[in-house]
Amino acid sequence: MHPIRKKRLTIILFLLAGVSVAVGLTTYALRQNINLFYDPSQIAEGEAPVDVRIRAGGMVEEGSVIRDPESLRVEFKITDFTSSVLMEYTGILPDLFAEGQGVVAMGRLDSNGRFVADQVLAKHDENYMSPEVNEALEKAAGKRAAISDAQGEAAASY
Amino acid sequence: MAFDSFGAFIVMEGHGPYVWACYFVFFLLMGAVMFWSLRQRRFVIAQQRRRTDSTPVRAESPAGASFTRIEPSQD
Amino acid sequence: MWQIFHKLGSPKWFFGIASTLMPWLLWVGVALLVAGLGWGLAFAPQDYLQGNSYRIIFIHVPSAFLAQSVYIMMAVAGLVTLVWRMKLADVFVKAVAPVGAVLTFLALFTGAVWGKPTWGTWWIWDARLTSMLILLFLYFGVIALGAAISDEKSSARAVAVLVLVGVVNIPIIKYSVEWWNTLHQPATFKLTEKPSMPAEMWVPLLLSVLGLYLIFGWLACLRMQTEILVREGRTRWVQQLVQARGD
Repeated sequence: MHPIRKKRLTIILFLLAGVSVAVGLTTYALRQNINLFYDPSQIAEGEAPVDVRIRAGGMVEEGSVIRDPESLRVEFKITDFTSSVLMEYTGILPDLFAEGQGVVAMGRLDSNGRFVADQVLAKHDENYMSPEVNEALEKAAGKRAAISDAQGEAAASY
Repeated sequence: MAFDSFGAFIVMEGHGPYVWACYFVFFLLMGAVMFWSLRQRRFVIAQQRRRTDSTPVRAESPAGASFTRIEPSQD
Repeated sequence: MWQIFHKLGSPKWFFGIASTLMPWLLWVGVALLVAGLGWGLAFAPQDYLQGNSYRIIFIHVPSAFLAQSVYIMMAVAGLVTLVWRMKLADVFVKAVAPVGAVLTFLALFTGAVWGKPTWGTWWIWDARLTSMLILLFLYFGVIALGAAISDEKSSARAVAVLVLVGVVNIPIIKYSVEWWNTLHQPATFKLTEKPSMPAEMWVPLLLSVLGLYLIFGWLACLRMQTEILVREGRTRWVQQLVQARGD
């Protein structure tokens, strides 16, 4: 290669490396702001500020959803399979909301460690399959095994 | 076919508006870009032809001494 | 090998090659895209969780995939501009930047329309969506900078530097869903693993991606030809070509 071209190439590679390092350090320093939500472990460890509007995300714990029969109030626990946080929300839940599914909620953490949400969004994973396959899978594995399996997979994808 | 009828295909169990809006905008924009790019080339060719018709083809030198518009660097 | 590389730099040679390739790119591309989308829309099974709204994936993923690979191609061309001073590389960058912007917009738009019924919101400032929006602004920046500098050489170099600096955003888009927690789910397709969807879903998706890729190739050839005609308007071969063409 021509020496001038080699020199230009080196300069550009240095430029790119410099920019990457700068961007890398910036995003590392801002990681807490780039992360969309706090997970239940972070909340349990007290990393999340109390009474400030934040987002919290996790998996809706199986069997934890309690619906108020008279209003749209719902209570449920979100978990990352290490810790869990009690959540309270009044309003219409997204279609994909279900036990064992992911959610990201916006709201405030009160002093008792309870999360009062004013918006709940559904988070789904990267797996797609037809309803028949899903049914067959659940049937074949047996209800209980299917649930623990789904939880294990969900935990891995989090 | 994943749907029982044409009607079910259009409605898509309530998700129809979302799905069809996406496909509509996709085809609209891609079509527009393709059409626009074709038209632009046709336009440039027509323009060049008009120019070559009015000025006789010069020899190889791409920019001989002439008083045609020059574009000095602005920076 | 270097000879081919230098030949590639000849606008006249490229113009001829592009003309022969273009009908193939267009028609095979359209056929693949129509087959992929038709299959995905009407024949692929529903998703167990999202129902039919997931059918947006057949245009969302190809648009997003192309938007990023077009940017990578532009970055490679930018490198060629700066190191080898090849004019054709700059022609490529200028010609495809608007196409890349449209593809990025489509990825964002279809993502928003998909997000509403599945997540419950059109937009959220998570790392994936935000970095994709930055990609759109990078495309706008490339288009604007190229148009703002009238001197061909300075314009080529300035644009190449911008494109190369912006390329750090591409790994950020790709890994945003793994480095940070986001509402957007991780990738369904990974190089090393089987896709986490059945073949009745990923085959039509693959067809659409390939189809859109070929249509992009056609658009790139067409738009590069236009750019070459404008730039080389005073050369003999362009004048002869223009005279000979019927359209």
